[in-house]
Amino acid sequence: MADQAEFSDLAMEYMSALYSAALRMTRNPSDAEDLVQETYLKAYRAFGGFEAGTNLKAWLYRILTNTYINTYRAKKRRPEIADVEDVEDLFLYRRLSANQPAGLGRSAEDEALERITDTEVKEAIESLPDTFRMAVLLADVEGFSYKEIAEITEVPIGTVMSRIHRGRKALQKALFEFGSARGLVGASGDGK
Amino acid sequence: MMPGRAHVPGFVNCDETIERLYYYLDGELTEERRVEIVRHLDMCGPCVGAFGFEAELRKVIANLCKDHVPDALLDRVAHALQDERVRQGN
Repeated sequence: MADQAEFSDLAMEYMSALYSAALRMTRNPSDAEDLVQETYLKAYRAFGGFEAGTNLKAWLYRILTNTYINTYRAKKRRPEIADVEDVEDLFLYRRLSANQPAGLGRSAEDEALERITDTEVKEAIESLPDTFRMAVLLADVEGFSYKEIAEITEVPIGTVMSRIHRGRKALQKALFEFGSARGLVGASGDGK
Repeated sequence: MMPGRAHVPGFVNCDETIERLYYYLDGELTEERRVEIVRHLDMCGPCVGAFGFEAELRKVIANLCKDHVPDALLDRVAHALQDERVRQGN
């Protein structure tokens, strides 16, 4: 049992992470703020049932994820594409490192990584379908384990792994496309 | 090591190494599997390059995905919790 009086002290430190996740999910600052507020209210009301000493951050993300699915996703007029295409392993690395002499100075792929902007990363993540977007966010931005993500999103661990791995590859392709559009990654024409 | 080489216990080729790249970086391999990857990386420059890139890309993504919480949101949540406390009579 957790004491409701302690809730603010324990939970407020996660607001920055929750707000970023909410922005990526809703893609809209006003909806993201509502989603975060709703998450904190629900968490406060349910806090008596939170087992002290267990993973509070994961518990808050579970509430955020469920609230998003039940409220905001349901609001959308058109159902979005639910799948990502299969993208080959090392999609970005192979395109960025192609045709350069090895071993001399800084590599083209390292330089390209430095030129990626926050807008490109955010837009690339937001371009992924919901389930893949959440899996990649929880794994790569928040650093949750496969098991924690399975608990947060309430799907089997095999599904979680598949979503993370395929979502990451789709994200690389989206990053490459945004980068190419800006002329960022001296696109050698070998990827589209 | 050449791709497609017959599996020798304790040793993995490039294809098998790349297949496990995400599990390795995620810290989700068994110790035995992890050691196989480390052993391969010790002698394979191209795979080291690929692993290094993927690890760095992940850091870049995490670092660039941060947003500043508006002060107004902090206030809103604090007030909402306060109202809820009052409503519950605590």
